[in-house]
Amino acid sequence: MPLPRLIPCLDVAAGRVVKGVRFQELRDAGDPVELGASYSDAGADELVYLDVMATIEGRSSLLDLVARIADRLAIPFTVGGGVRSVGDAEALLEAGADKVSVNSAALERPALVSELAARLGSQAVVVAVDVTNGAVLTRAGSTPTGRRAVDWAREAEERGAGEILLTSIDADGTRDGYDLELTRAVSEAVSLPVIASGGAGSAVHVADALGVAQAALLASILHENPARLETLRSELRDLGVALRDAA
Amino acid sequence: MNVAVCEYGAGNVRSVVAAFRRLGAAATTTSSPADVADADLAVLPGVGSAASAMAGLRERGLDRVLRERVDAGKPTLGICLGLQLALEQSEEDGGVAGLGILPGRAIRLRDGRVPRIGWAAIEPGGEAFYFAHSYAAETPAATARSEGVVAIAEHGSFVGVQFHPEKSAAAGARFLERCLSRV
Repeated sequence: MPLPRLIPCLDVAAGRVVKGVRFQELRDAGDPVELGASYSDAGADELVYLDVMATIEGRSSLLDLVARIADRLAIPFTVGGGVRSVGDAEALLEAGADKVSVNSAALERPALVSELAARLGSQAVVVAVDVTNGAVLTRAGSTPTGRRAVDWAREAEERGAGEILLTSIDADGTRDGYDLELTRAVSEAVSLPVIASGGAGSAVHVADALGVAQAALLASILHENPARLETLRSELRDLGVALRDAA
Repeated sequence: MNVAVCEYGAGNVRSVVAAFRRLGAAATTTSSPADVADADLAVLPGVGSAASAMAGLRERGLDRVLRERVDAGKPTLGICLGLQLALEQSEEDGGVAGLGILPGRAIRLRDGRVPRIGWAAIEPGGEAFYFAHSYAAETPAATARSEGVVAIAEHGSFVGVQFHPEKSAAAGARFLERCLSRV
């Protein structure tokens, strides 16, 4: 098995990193390329850029941003938010993204996952699953879908997804730890890599998540601060987590 | 130093060009067989499906020019699917004939989680590189492995790598620098 991965997540809107509580009161938090480069220097294994507004008007500026990230960074990155078609995904990959993440559009039309896998290869297709109480939500965690997380993850795998990005809406923002029960259930249900997301407050939380998932998404725990990633990496090493040597 | 990165409709060429440019090489993407023939170093990147990638190479006449380069001893680098396409055959898509630059075939990964995604050490050397693949080479030309999977295969002037040096941070840059220094 490859080494466990630490994946900082950067929320972007209109070409800038933004921070906010549940997409309310967004505040500017810097340049996505510079922050991404700093995370890379601090030992990030990959990055996720999430277009939190995902407006159609913002699409061309997002593609410009993706190209600037690809020119600068030498680690893989995923772009999510507003991917609704094979064309959307192809444009992001052509601009330099390594993977795209799909969420609501795949729930509305699951065949999209099959189409993306056929056209781009499974390794480029991340299916993001937002979950509360074992049930899948759509539209940024606002709307129930009637699907169970485990069932949807299995279907995504059958359709050719390459990874599952599993977010516990219940744990998200609490800093009380990842939802290990949910993460374990999904991880056991599929043979794809699973990225645990939501709830990280300490190195112990991240280490626990990496015990059941193949990667951990890091959002609010980092506070857009690459130095925190460095200390987190050394705390994880002290806890016995085998991270890559980033030198 | 002139690096030609083959553009044939199979994936993320921009990152490969950017990685070489960061090292000071004059890298460009091209679909032109003449450019690929003349370059100091030709690079065959690639992600996605073997069948459509091979079709893309043939349509542009790049399959022939890549074979000719290697026959003439000119440095050529295959990355990820670019390594798998260089083999005689792939079992992907119900069986696809490859370029035949390397002996062997690409087979579906059967152990662990597939796709195999993430950083893993290669031996010899012990450095970790970034992998993202569902198929792997089975070839007597292997010169490095990662967890049993062929990580590097070499034959004459062709070097194929299963990992993505352009996505492997400092270790990847050092690898690409060594590729350039051999040219």
